[in-house]
Amino acid sequence: MTHPGRKLPWGPMARMAGRRTLFAAPVLLVVTFGVFAVAAASPFDPVKAYAGTAGLTASQENLDQLRVNLGVDQPLVERWWNWLTSAVAGDLGDSSVMRQPVTDVITERLGWSVLLAVTAFLVAILLGTSLGVLAARRQGGWLDRAVSSAAYTLEAAPAFWLGLLAMWFFALRLGVLPAGGLTDTDSEVVTFGQVATHLVLPAAVLGVSQLPWFFLYVRQGVADALEEDPVRGARARGLDERTVLLGHALRSGMLPMLTLVGSRVPELITGALLVETVFSWPGIAAATVQAATSVDFPLLAALTVLATAAVLAGNLLSDLLYGLADPRVGFDG
Amino acid sequence: MLSRSIRGAAAATLAGTLAISAAACSKPGESAAGHGAGDSAVVGIAYEPETLSPLLGYGKDGNSKIFDGLLTFDKDMKLKPALAAELPEVADDGRTYTYTLRQGVKFSDGKPFTSKDVVFTYRTILDKKTNNASKTELDAVEDVRAEGDHKVVFTLKYPYAPFAERTVLPIAPEHVAGEQDVNSGSFTTKPVGTGPYILTGWSKGEKLSFKANPGYWGGEPKVKKFTMAIIKDDDVRATRLRTGDLDGAILPPNLAKTFKDDDGRTTYAARSFDYRTVTLPTHNKVAGDTDVRRALDVAVDRRAMVDKILEGAGKPAYGPVPTDSPWFAKGTERTHDLAKAKKILDEAGWKPGADGIRVKDGVRAQFPLWYLSGDKLRQDHALAYASDAKKAGIDIKTQAGTWEVIMPRMKHDAVLAGGGAPGDPDFDQYTLLQSSLAGDAFNNMAWYDNPAVDKALKKGRESGETADRRAAYDTVQRELVKDPGYTFLTHIDHLYVVDDKWSGLTTQTEPHDHGLASGPWWNVEDWTPKK
Repeated sequence: MTHPGRKLPWGPMARMAGRRTLFAAPVLLVVTFGVFAVAAASPFDPVKAYAGTAGLTASQENLDQLRVNLGVDQPLVERWWNWLTSAVAGDLGDSSVMRQPVTDVITERLGWSVLLAVTAFLVAILLGTSLGVLAARRQGGWLDRAVSSAAYTLEAAPAFWLGLLAMWFFALRLGVLPAGGLTDTDSEVVTFGQVATHLVLPAAVLGVSQLPWFFLYVRQGVADALEEDPVRGARARGLDERTVLLGHALRSGMLPMLTLVGSRVPELITGALLVETVFSWPGIAAATVQAATSVDFPLLAALTVLATAAVLAGNLLSDLLYGLADPRVGFDG
Repeated sequence: MLSRSIRGAAAATLAGTLAISAAACSKPGESAAGHGAGDSAVVGIAYEPETLSPLLGYGKDGNSKIFDGLLTFDKDMKLKPALAAELPEVADDGRTYTYTLRQGVKFSDGKPFTSKDVVFTYRTILDKKTNNASKTELDAVEDVRAEGDHKVVFTLKYPYAPFAERTVLPIAPEHVAGEQDVNSGSFTTKPVGTGPYILTGWSKGEKLSFKANPGYWGGEPKVKKFTMAIIKDDDVRATRLRTGDLDGAILPPNLAKTFKDDDGRTTYAARSFDYRTVTLPTHNKVAGDTDVRRALDVAVDRRAMVDKILEGAGKPAYGPVPTDSPWFAKGTERTHDLAKAKKILDEAGWKPGADGIRVKDGVRAQFPLWYLSGDKLRQDHALAYASDAKKAGIDIKTQAGTWEVIMPRMKHDAVLAGGGAPGDPDFDQYTLLQSSLAGDAFNNMAWYDNPAVDKALKKGRESGETADRRAAYDTVQRELVKDPGYTFLTHIDHLYVVDDKWSGLTTQTEPHDHGLASGPWWNVEDWTPKK
């Protein structure tokens, strides 16, 4: 086992990140056009969505005027081009469904979503990895059997249902954690302590719903690695169990898990949508769903760009980690 | 390097877990502390408003908290003056309405309220460039102008008796809202008004926070802090009410029932104009047939729907006007009578075929019935209706769809529709039954066409005399018995569960669209904490 050196290979890593960023531009361009095309073809009518229940008593004339005002009668390509040119100039347009500029919609909400998703992702990765290693170490042991069956159950359990269950248990039965919101419901100031306690349940639920994948990957990877030559060699050299497990087995067993980091990002985003709704978390989720069902082009496009960027960044991160963990892979991709 | 970082990671996980449990431990009792006093109220609502700007439709039916209208409704839905000093003077055969304004009223930013603000509000709403979907409600307005600082005159295109009830819509300050884009300016999220409460925060998707307006012209509210938590899921709302996080919440009947034996909480059932109906399109060969319509009208078991689907929280409906409204035409109730339905169909020549479904002149008695997909309440009503119709030999196929799918089919297919605006009998009946509105967006979805009804509806909205209006709306309701172009099924009660911390809680008669303005907190500014 040769270490890649104490210093991280910053140069190749930066080059890889740079290449990916250049590649991201055309991807984003295609994705935004795709969003406009899909939205234009969707059966939802932006005018009806905008009008809501008021639309049920509105006159046709009123609805037609709204259609003109909202600019949704323009042809697809023209609308996309108008959006793109002003977006490049820094103006993301106004969200019709939220009745405010898209930039405001996103800045008000995105931070809280990122906080929730990142915390949950860390919970899932750290807890999944440590439980996976422990389970692989004694395969078939009580910990392995308990955690594995729990993992399969959780894999099948919808985040929505987990949220309700967690709320019932921790907020109602035990009364130890708040059931929802960002701060205490009657409080107007956002303090660190309040956000921290209110973050526990949603982040734990979202994290736990993502955990099975990490746990199962690590468990399998480490278990396989324990059978491999380098590990047997290490054992033969008389290295202690801890070094064998963490230094050798985990290192090669983690490789499949690292690719998972990238591919779980979309799942994490959709999971966050559900969890935010259940816990009244003031994130971007509700806005995303509304933007989609109301065919709110400017908001939808901005959110898709963000989600695409998150997925691309997740893939980049997982490739960088992979390259670090296994120098043979390198940073060429 | 890697093994070290993994050890570090394990340590971090452990630290993280400890921090989480430590944080969890610091919590107990904390949330209960702020809730003892009655000067703070927290309620859970199901819908978040898109905007708080009256110019875009917020608060058009009153109770907007942040704003006041010229007039307002009391608990019996009687008009009383708010920003107007008295009820309007009506002249010119019901075509001009003159409002004298209350003096000395200030917006929450300290600037005085004058006639300019009223004119600005109405003119902006009626402006073509303003994206307000409810502006059709002000269709009658020809012009609005100020006469001095404290008088406003509305001129109408046609005499419109219920106009005063439209003027509960909130007044926006010209000096704030007039300075920005009406459709997306910051006023839509950071409103300034004359109302009993001032918005202190709106955390989208989480809650709206209000504090009492110390300078409110009607006296400072005793509930100093008022919070509306936005909780879309019914079960979550019920759970948070149970944990004491909320003082009150709107709940569906099955969840409200679980609080029935709760000592510290009371369930309030608000009466409503919120109807569910089946449109029977005139252009459908079966549903447009008067005999089929009359048969369906008595074949349907409304009582069973109220008991089974609404769990008792509602009443049978025979038209848009609820049976307990003063405008309801007594004697137009229809009892469930399957034998009578069969007799009507037999006599009209609709004879049962081999499969039990009736046929007349080669036309099979069948038509599709659409309901909004995902709407459980409408689905249940639709299925019950189809099952009742089947017993009389009429085959109704229920189908789910979004409005985009349903709307183009409304001319020929039946729809399980809902709606209801309290107050004037003109509001629902005119848009549902007036033949000239057939096929105009969602108005008159059944393409109902009855000259006697058209005439009575016109008379009802134009006449200023209550007796004439009552006669007109009696005619409408009796015509609807003879030719029921819609089968009205139920009026739905809205249920609210509230802690017994305040005295004198009431509910108004509520509309179909019961957002944050409805519920016992419609007048939270008048609540008195119990000692």
